[in-house]
Amino acid sequence: MIPGQFDYHRPSSKQEALQILGELGGDAFPLAGGHSIIPMMKLRLAAPEHLVDLGAIDELKGVSIGGNVIEIGSMTTQHELLTSSELSQACPIIQETSALIADPQVRYCGTIGGNVANGDPGNDMPGLMQCLDATYVLESNSGAREVGARDFYNGIYDTALNEGEIVTLVRIPTPAAGHGYAYCKLKRKVGDYATAAAGVILNMSGSTCQSASIALTNVGDTALYAAEASDSLAGSDLGDDAIDRAVSLAEGITSPVSDMRGSEEYRSKMAGVMVARAIRLAAERAS
Amino acid sequence: MNKQPSRKEREAALEGIGTSRKRVEDPRFTQGKGNYVDDIKLPDMVHGDFVRSPYAHARIKKINTEAALAVPGVLAVLTADDLKPFNLHYMPTLAGDVQAVLADEKVLYQMQEVAFVVATDRYSAADGVELVEVEYEELQPVIDPFTAMDKDAPVLREDIKDAKEVGGHGPRKHPNHIWTWEAGDQKATDKAFKDADVAVEEMISYQRCHASPMETACCVASFDKINGALTVWGTFQAPHVVRTVAALISPLPEHKIRIIAPDIGGGFGNKVGVYPGYIMAIAATVVLGIPVKWVEDRIENLSATAFARDYHMKGELAATKDGKITGLRCYTLADHGAFDACVSASKFPAGLFMICTNSYDIPNAFVSVDGVYTNKTPGGVAYRCSLRVTEAIYMVERMVDILAQKLGMDPAELRMKNMITPDQFPYTTTFGLQYDSGDYPAAFKKAMKAVGYDKLRKEQAKMLEDFKAGKSRKLMGIGISTFTEIVGAGPSRVCDLVGLVGTFDSCEVRVHPTGAAIARFGTKSQGQAHETTYAQILSTEMGIPAADIEIEEGDTDTAPYGMGTWGSRSTPVGGAACANAARKVRAKAQKIAAHVMEVSEKDLEWDIDTFRVKGAPDKAMTMKEVALAAYSNVPEGLEMGLEAVEYYDPPNFTFPYGAYICVVEIDTDTGETAIRSFYALDDCGTRINPMIIEGQVHGGLTEAFAISMGQIIDYDETGNVIGASFLDYFIPTAVETPVWTTDHTVTPCPHHPIGAKGVGESPNVGGVPCFSNAINDAFAALGGVHTQMPHTAPRVWEHAKELGLVA
Repeated sequence: MIPGQFDYHRPSSKQEALQILGELGGDAFPLAGGHSIIPMMKLRLAAPEHLVDLGAIDELKGVSIGGNVIEIGSMTTQHELLTSSELSQACPIIQETSALIADPQVRYCGTIGGNVANGDPGNDMPGLMQCLDATYVLESNSGAREVGARDFYNGIYDTALNEGEIVTLVRIPTPAAGHGYAYCKLKRKVGDYATAAAGVILNMSGSTCQSASIALTNVGDTALYAAEASDSLAGSDLGDDAIDRAVSLAEGITSPVSDMRGSEEYRSKMAGVMVARAIRLAAERAS
Repeated sequence: MNKQPSRKEREAALEGIGTSRKRVEDPRFTQGKGNYVDDIKLPDMVHGDFVRSPYAHARIKKINTEAALAVPGVLAVLTADDLKPFNLHYMPTLAGDVQAVLADEKVLYQMQEVAFVVATDRYSAADGVELVEVEYEELQPVIDPFTAMDKDAPVLREDIKDAKEVGGHGPRKHPNHIWTWEAGDQKATDKAFKDADVAVEEMISYQRCHASPMETACCVASFDKINGALTVWGTFQAPHVVRTVAALISPLPEHKIRIIAPDIGGGFGNKVGVYPGYIMAIAATVVLGIPVKWVEDRIENLSATAFARDYHMKGELAATKDGKITGLRCYTLADHGAFDACVSASKFPAGLFMICTNSYDIPNAFVSVDGVYTNKTPGGVAYRCSLRVTEAIYMVERMVDILAQKLGMDPAELRMKNMITPDQFPYTTTFGLQYDSGDYPAAFKKAMKAVGYDKLRKEQAKMLEDFKAGKSRKLMGIGISTFTEIVGAGPSRVCDLVGLVGTFDSCEVRVHPTGAAIARFGTKSQGQAHETTYAQILSTEMGIPAADIEIEEGDTDTAPYGMGTWGSRSTPVGGAACANAARKVRAKAQKIAAHVMEVSEKDLEWDIDTFRVKGAPDKAMTMKEVALAAYSNVPEGLEMGLEAVEYYDPPNFTFPYGAYICVVEIDTDTGETAIRSFYALDDCGTRINPMIIEGQVHGGLTEAFAISMGQIIDYDETGNVIGASFLDYFIPTAVETPVWTTDHTVTPCPHHPIGAKGVGESPNVGGVPCFSNAINDAFAALGGVHTQMPHTAPRVWEHAKELGLVA
């Protein structure tokens, strides 16, 4: 549990950070909370020569809600998300999810940007951002671009990020007023990654589902947007048959690994159980 | 003149036996002011770290240390070849086997110690470890203990392949066989099974788990070359045993070895034995002449220090059709890993497994245990229990439930029917253990009444009905365990360690002229709060306020020789030594008081802290006054001073018991279990500090919960250890931990000076079967018989699936 040697940088502006990362290229790794990279370094599974700590960059922090869009700076901590009163009005599922990440100590350090950018399928925010159809703003010293959360993840620790590029902003279309939402996470104990988790957003018109969005956490190489399952709910009454159909479509896209959290079959079935529970809870909450 | 304090005020000032005195250790522990091994920093101290094997079974072809030695700060890289000339590459284990200190030609388990890197700082040591190049040739591993004695199984222990026996336990059947241990009357038991109306049989596996103390294993070794003296600070549960073993295997004489156990952050059996890290720190300090520190990290602790359990028990019960148990048989396969480093008294390789007849009047029993080697970490320690007691009680408590199920009888009723009754004490079990006291039915009835047992069964039936009707997906389970523990090892005529020293323990009390005192012990607290409770025993026995008594343990230069703290032995053995030493002090004090007051010794009576002249109660001397007289005015023929030493060898073990009942609700969709309630009634005899007892029960139940619901050190088929970090290894937080309801009865132990029996391990022994019975009970009415621990959500779900309860 003793890391190898590395240099530590703590830039105070985005400009400076992008410059350092651009110059150092593949030898550098951005530090955005550190709850993945630091344990990996202690196990000597990762050995970046330079750590670039983004924690002192104020312009990467904060939540702003305007018009139809919610913008969250990538270095906003989970704790800050949890205590944002605007967010609790506009998009409460973010807080429901944040509260299920690790424990309070971790949430004081862990950031939304670190959570989405690392490409760890166990992280909760990648699934949630796909559920919300968020867009990530990626910046490097050669400019900025935008990639949708649903297109960002290629595999385990494999994302659309290029060398020298970081996520600077998460942009979320504000869910419609009265939307139903739920993030249901099965885990072994507080602080654990999900055995399986599901995020659901529903827009209802009376007892009919107008549209639905379902995403899954930790049951594949990446978090998964369950497109067919989502579409299958549109126009339905969210009765048992409709939910069973969505569950089976969602289970169909999972490919979890067998580990201490359970067998492949169990984890896939649990993804289904979480989807059913999240749909029912979201329907209850919708107005 | 000051008003004389009332008796009540004097009693309050003593804070003796029965007082919930606040723990005197807590001010330092809660303020981060404890003094643990890693807090020890000596001038010129250097640091050691291990190169460990990535393979479970492999031959070492070559070790190249060149690159590691080139790292700035690295002072030495030691391998088995460096130790061989001093015969230090193997060390004796407490089980009579030997264990490699550094792998000699072969590695036998993943994470085995291969080389030791010493450097000026911890970082350089780790850098050095990374650069030691070891060339391995992989060999076929033996992971499943059931295949260890197969004809074509690879021979694991080439170093002892010709040894006829290991640890003096009789002939070996196979090169991977360690010993067979048997007890009981096989013929009579076989006959009981032949004649039985009903018999049940089940494979009850108790998984490999780990005691995982908060503080990992560590030590600082410092060799003074001028005086030829070695001092070792370490996380030792039994410091004197470590000193004696060190004297036996090194050229150093015992008086030049000083072992100090400072504050210990939990032991739970994991810190009784000796680990290669200790030997290497000592070897390195002897070579370098400067202090060497070795501190494990968490993964090393979970994967390379002693595991617990790994007992696979085929339990059998025979009974009449109306539920009288007539026989118990159990064949056990014990997986000991690569070396037999099991902590056991040398005559009992399977510990006190013969406690398996438990609280029941079972006339015939026979048990047989085979120990085998596999390519796994050595160990077999008693994780918060007496040696192999939790395994035995788990097996029998599961089997009793399984028998009840077969008989169609309520498990509570079956237990009542077979319990030893109060009039049967002292009761000799079929294995020859002498239970000295108890009232099992009274305790069990009290427990059943407290939880509203009959009402719970009705509620369970209703929930089952709803489940069957598709109205609910939840099942309710009621777990019962009634248990008798065997602790306080133990009478030296039957128990010893390393075949040399008996399992007595000791106390030395010295009263100072002003009436304050110091007492030293051969035991060693790891969180049990000996500094608090020993002072309470002394206070009651000597009439000196507990707050005026300093308790010291853990330094072999100052403490009297003792066997240390494990197997709930501190109160039964150390506590008895404590009471007897205090009684010797009081007896001498009485002589002095009589002399000063010019009366006969017989004319004095003891009044909690004062000697009074019978018939003239105002003529009195307090113990404080006697203490001063002991240094100034003693009768002729009596030596000055007021002190005593007691080496106490118990006449028997003690037998705490209890009755636990747990209610669970299982979500069959996810396999998750919610613990609705847990009631624990313990009878530990005389209660020294009720608050500390309650704390011990809470801690023990929390560990029992952890073991039964989640803890497992698993291996894949190639011998990779799985789950050896706190990400996977289940340590419940406050969020997961159930709420405990504790209760008690008091049946003092007749042979213990103050009637105390020990309590720290009861909740683990009774708790594990209680949880497991609850889970199994939830499925009993739906065809479930037994599902193996740990009862994690996926395993419970698989069980429900096997029974056709999930789609």
